[in-house]
Amino acid sequence: MTDKTIKRGHQRSQLSKSPTGIQGLDEVTGGGLPKGRPTLVAGGAGCGKTLFGMEFLVQGARQYNEPGIFVSFEENSRELTKNFSSLGYDLNELVARKKLILDHVYIERSEIEVTGEYDLEGLFVRLQSLIDSIGAKRIVLDTIETLFSALPNEGILRAELRRLFRWLKAKGLTAVITAEKGDGNLTRHGLEEYVSDCVIALDHLVTNLVATRRLRIVKYRGSSHGTNEYPFLIDDTGISVLPITSVALRHAASIERISSGIPRLDAMLGGKGFFRGSSILVSGTAGTGKTSMTAHFADSVCRRRERCLYLAFEESENQIIRNMRSIGIELEQWTRQGRLTFHAARPTMYGLEMHLARIHRLIETVKPQAVLFDPITNLMAVAGANEVKAMLTRLIDYLKLNKITAFFTNLSHQHTLEQTDLAVSSLMDTWISLRDIELGGERNRGLYVLKSRGMEHSNQIREFLLTDKGIDLIDVYVGGENVLTGSARAAQETKERAEETLRSEEIERKKRELDRKRQAMEAQVAALQSQYEAEEEELNVNLGELKLKKQVVKEDHEKMFLRREHGAGVKANKSGSGRPAK
Amino acid sequence: MKKTDTTKSVRSKGFEKRIKAAAGKKYILRLYVTGMTPRSLRAITNIKKLCEEYLNGRYDLEVIDIYQRPTLAEGEQIIAAPTLIKKLPLPLRRFIGDMTSTEKILLGLDLRPGKTKTSSKSV
Repeated sequence: MTDKTIKRGHQRSQLSKSPTGIQGLDEVTGGGLPKGRPTLVAGGAGCGKTLFGMEFLVQGARQYNEPGIFVSFEENSRELTKNFSSLGYDLNELVARKKLILDHVYIERSEIEVTGEYDLEGLFVRLQSLIDSIGAKRIVLDTIETLFSALPNEGILRAELRRLFRWLKAKGLTAVITAEKGDGNLTRHGLEEYVSDCVIALDHLVTNLVATRRLRIVKYRGSSHGTNEYPFLIDDTGISVLPITSVALRHAASIERISSGIPRLDAMLGGKGFFRGSSILVSGTAGTGKTSMTAHFADSVCRRRERCLYLAFEESENQIIRNMRSIGIELEQWTRQGRLTFHAARPTMYGLEMHLARIHRLIETVKPQAVLFDPITNLMAVAGANEVKAMLTRLIDYLKLNKITAFFTNLSHQHTLEQTDLAVSSLMDTWISLRDIELGGERNRGLYVLKSRGMEHSNQIREFLLTDKGIDLIDVYVGGENVLTGSARAAQETKERAEETLRSEEIERKKRELDRKRQAMEAQVAALQSQYEAEEEELNVNLGELKLKKQVVKEDHEKMFLRREHGAGVKANKSGSGRPAK
Repeated sequence: MKKTDTTKSVRSKGFEKRIKAAAGKKYILRLYVTGMTPRSLRAITNIKKLCEEYLNGRYDLEVIDIYQRPTLAEGEQIIAAPTLIKKLPLPLRRFIGDMTSTEKILLGLDLRPGKTKTSSKSV
């Protein structure tokens, strides 16, 4: 009988779950904590165990109408109320509505003397009375381990705790039991022995001097669950877990196109620019004009009377405004009109989780149509590539769901030009690469579209010029075997023009020569013709004479013939026929 | 040796004072039990015997079944059972268990020093 068959067979009846209402956690656990069973939440000091428990109760009371009891062994009710009011939880109000009970179990070791066998029946009675008073469905014991230091005779205590957890289970209460992390063990006092239905470990990992909170579901009996370590964050709205697989890729895709702010670039992208709500990555080595492109885009967003959020991780607001003025982009007008909001922060200022939280909050307050990140590479200083990718995945999903266009810049290095450090390229819909082209002692900028999902896009490299009127894209010289830019391109173009002129002159010359030849030939033809005509005339004259002579001869013959026949007449005419007839 | 002697005398002087002060005071004791379990009954018998023996006439012992009055368990911070609370004289003290270890209770009730000799013997 495996867990899987149970899950597939009768998921509803076998494994009802109690939603925590904690953002993201219910997705990781597939619906929440096991209903009617205890869950162990283990972690070191300051990991957010108490908050986890309290949020479970508060959300239960607010969203799911399940009253809860918070049994605190450490802080008293007043301290708790005060601490949680900073998270916007009005515990007093919930207490007044009988949705929540805060119970402080006070144990002072020095006051206690053990005089023989005991049990924890007092605690049971106390819990029973609390449960009955509001009909509690949820309970949090924070941190019951305190009993180990307060009460001697560990044997009795262990037996009683085992009984307590069984009792809670029998009561059908969904319980959260918090425990301190131990050396090598999950908990200091081995509570995981008793609470075995669901174990969640909270951690506080410091990498590169920046702390990231993580949550991991160590076990969840009878249910599948995400096994990763998920970063989670605590901000003024409580806990949110960031499962990278949370969003089921269901966002609607817009077919609306928006301009990149650079007309020639729009032309390269099927003539219309980016899709609204898509994610755009501009990567390039240092000084290739990433920020300038970002500013162009920001400018075009504001020109459309939309709102834009600019998250700068490298430069301050003033510096960006000043620098962009030099290429003719006036961003200050937009900030004054409230269309452009800057948020500049060093990535190392706080952990990734806090960045994400702040970005979320900013997006919720500003409600922008486009968010710009310049550059995301700097987040790498805060956490590893995987965390950054996880964060960006989550962020992009969130932005896409809200139809917000995301514009990222990424600083790449010369040798890894086409592979971004963050391996985030798969998350991006459009990827524009800016690169240096070094040629003839010059460094020029080239731009090309590496990919652009869902639209035809140019395969050409364009030269990218920063002028005082902004970015200009011009065709590069693509001929022969190499691509030429800058003055090399200009030189090549001049050379070509000169050659062109030469060639056309040559053609003209040849044409004229041909003309002349034709004229000469025609003249010759005319001369021959006239000669021919003259000869023909002469021949015709001769022919006429000959014909005449022939006629005369014939007539003579006839006359001679007649004379021979008549005799006399013939003799008379003999002198006339002196020439022999032929 | 001398030093220990002096400290002992100082300590016993202090104890004498406190015992004198305590002697006049009335002891208010509350024993919280959970029903009539053998352990509860044992605790009740033990504490009654002890009170009769050492606090004759100047104690007020109340035995409370927290099953009957569960709200008291919260108010009095009762975790373990049985629990004996010494409300007066101050300081407040709690004794948990079935009250079999008389020595510890007497010590906690500030009654032990009356038998200084036994205690020094045991030490």
